[in-house]
Amino acid sequence: MKNNVPLLKRIRENRLFWPLVALALILIIDAIFAPGFFKIGILDGHLYGNLIDVFNNSAPLMLVAIGMTLVIATGGVDLSVGAVIAISAAMGAVLINPALGNILITNDILTKDATNTPLWIIVLADLLAGTLCGLWNGWLVSRGKIQPMVATLILMVAGRGIAQLITNGQIMTIYYTPYFFFGNGFILGIPVSIYIVAVVFLFAWVLVRKTSIGLFIEAVGINAKSTYYSGISEKNIKLFVYTFCGFCAAIAGLILSSYVHSADGNNNGLNYELDAILAVVIGGTLMTGGRFSLFASVIGALIIWTFTITMYTFGVPANALLAGRAVLVLVVILLYSDYARRFLNKILDRKGSQHGTAN
Amino acid sequence: MINTKDFVLTMNGISKTFPGVNALENVEFSLKRGEIHALIGENGAGKSTLIKVLTGVEHPEAGSIEFDGKTVEVKSPQHAQEIGISTVYQEVNLCTNISVAENIMLGHEPHRFGSIDWKQLNAYARTALQRLSVEIDVSQPLGNYSIAIQQMVAIARSLEITSAKILILDEPTSSLDVTEANRLFDLMQKLKGEGIGIIFITHFLDQVYQVSDRITVLRNGKLVGTYATASLPRIELIAKMLGRSITDLDEVSKAKFTGEHKEGKKRLLEARGLGRAGSLEPFDIELYANEVVGIAGLLGSGRTEMANLIFGIDTPDKGSLTLNDRKVNHFSPLESLKNGIALCPEDRKAEGVVGELTIRENIILALQARFGWFKFLQTQKQYEIAEKYIRLLGISTPSPDQLVKNLSGGNQQKVILARWLATNPQVLILDEPTRGIDVGAKAEIQKLVLDLAEEGKSCVFISSELEEVLRTSHRVIVLRDHKKAAEYSGDVNDQTIIQTMAGNL
Repeated sequence: MKNNVPLLKRIRENRLFWPLVALALILIIDAIFAPGFFKIGILDGHLYGNLIDVFNNSAPLMLVAIGMTLVIATGGVDLSVGAVIAISAAMGAVLINPALGNILITNDILTKDATNTPLWIIVLADLLAGTLCGLWNGWLVSRGKIQPMVATLILMVAGRGIAQLITNGQIMTIYYTPYFFFGNGFILGIPVSIYIVAVVFLFAWVLVRKTSIGLFIEAVGINAKSTYYSGISEKNIKLFVYTFCGFCAAIAGLILSSYVHSADGNNNGLNYELDAILAVVIGGTLMTGGRFSLFASVIGALIIWTFTITMYTFGVPANALLAGRAVLVLVVILLYSDYARRFLNKILDRKGSQHGTAN
Repeated sequence: MINTKDFVLTMNGISKTFPGVNALENVEFSLKRGEIHALIGENGAGKSTLIKVLTGVEHPEAGSIEFDGKTVEVKSPQHAQEIGISTVYQEVNLCTNISVAENIMLGHEPHRFGSIDWKQLNAYARTALQRLSVEIDVSQPLGNYSIAIQQMVAIARSLEITSAKILILDEPTSSLDVTEANRLFDLMQKLKGEGIGIIFITHFLDQVYQVSDRITVLRNGKLVGTYATASLPRIELIAKMLGRSITDLDEVSKAKFTGEHKEGKKRLLEARGLGRAGSLEPFDIELYANEVVGIAGLLGSGRTEMANLIFGIDTPDKGSLTLNDRKVNHFSPLESLKNGIALCPEDRKAEGVVGELTIRENIILALQARFGWFKFLQTQKQYEIAEKYIRLLGISTPSPDQLVKNLSGGNQQKVILARWLATNPQVLILDEPTRGIDVGAKAEIQKLVLDLAEEGKSCVFISSELEEVLRTSHRVIVLRDHKKAAEYSGDVNDQTIIQTMAGNL
């Protein structure tokens, strides 16, 4: 039965096929029109180049997309991830500040690397803050029975306010070298953020594919009622995915604030919720929930950033970036419509069968 | 060969394959002008596929369609309508919030000075309905009328917007009561008199004999034959549908009586004064091993509510439930699962199957729920369990990796049954397990329930078909108006039960 399906078709029906095709297309365009794009050099023992930039820049988005995938797979959505990033960043910045944000430390009294808080407490506080935010979302959705979009909208709006409250309304600059390690550091020439993504991805993958959580998430997303009737607590599954999404956003906040050396309640992680949703959609997970692929979402995040860096390389002005992204979204959505799929499948099938007869 | 002009439709050698599941294989079908032609077969026999081919939803891989003397290729449902093939589906797909007249004329409204001419529109709609001998106020919202009237409005619409030569009625009577159905049959006779060919799809064999002129039987995507209704005895029709001898059907009744009541049988579950305000008044029930308890009652008498209370979908606010002499304190599906109670819910689609998951995943779902989040069944073990139950229950599928939504109703029901059997429950509650399932699968499921009781389980069998309840149950509980009305032993006659249901006893 299985072997009767042509190889080409089987590859095409793999959910990674279209995201990888999209990524390859962008890279091919780069290869033709921006010859320097693939150049990777070594500077001070670190790798550098456009591709490294793509990975480094997309790390926070990949993390958020991993969390968002699970939320979307249950049929929900988390609009608050951008705000959670800001909260996590603010938490870090305040704890690093020797006066805990009460006094704005100006350059003249600045002592390099002055902080009264151990690094591990800073990191823990960052992650805890984000995880609590996720727990709150999960509680609203699973126990409060509030529509996910509305429930997470609350924190999306309030979260940036909370971030500003934490930092006393200031944009806090961070002066603490050990903290910069997460966003700017290198291990064996490769950015630290990539290691973090790899660890979180592996953790999430084991969690959903080596336990029954992944199956339950998909079942809840497809038919929550049947799932409940089968003895599965859909409430706990929902609580878990939102909490995990908050945790992922918190790590993203840590990396982002470390990368830009500051915490800004209004701008940290701005529009990340929309980019993360886009990454998940590019990865082929349906917004209505059900089957998901973490790896495909990560590829989705990579596509978004490859596209962005490509536009930088081509010298597209910053104010035209969003318009360019709109084109990407449009192409993706069209490519994923049933109509386009059928059309493409028809063309590819015909080609496949011609090959078949030729052989 | 008869004069071909008599035939409005001839379908020759129609073939269609789907990935693994349903198929049509070289099917012939013909329809005369002014004929009511019943299309019969079990679920998954290919009836709906044949209709989909005819209405342009699916495109056949082989075969030809000759319609009204010309060979046609039906491109889309819209194209089918344009050339005169109209379909009225089981679920009325009209808008209940706008008027009857608007529904009939939607998209074909008469205009006057650039705006809709309401007077004319209502007049047209009235004429269209009069043609079907339906006299109603066409300016009322459609939702104000019964399903039967809505169905007739749907027919009126399909006749009005095209001059239909073929009318396809797909299970039109499944939500109608007897008088409503008779009214629909009168209408069908009238249209037949006008020379329209009608294809009638139904599960009710009585109705087939009541109205149809000819019968075409399909089985497993193949044509069994076309017969004149008058010359085909009912028992033979059933045999042709099932493709086996009639004696198999009698096995169910035999199985029941071999399961003699043993003395000193084991009591598994006991409810005392269990009830919930607004759902079901306090009732007592005792369930023993090795027996089937039937629950009878009219629609809305509290059958499903009883199942939901015992299984813990609803939390009772009165009374107590003991299982194996242990009191149940928490009510939830998960708790019931751990206690060995299982429920196959009434609404298979909404509460039972998870359509986009595979058969394997559906079958292990409840078992995995009992194991929890971190004790994950190995994939190989999952396949073993799934394959075991596919074999045991005779689920027809090419592989355990098939998506459940692609299965027929009977097979989906078996998957849900398998899901619960995999957890090895002591008490198995089946709420309408045979609804919308064809005769053959029905008998199989009934027999299965009796076999399970034989093995030592206690089964609760809920059904709106009294005959079925009586056939399978050792005891029968009758519900009326959200109350337990009476309890009888299994050899009670159906008249007593009907009287109890009606409140005369």
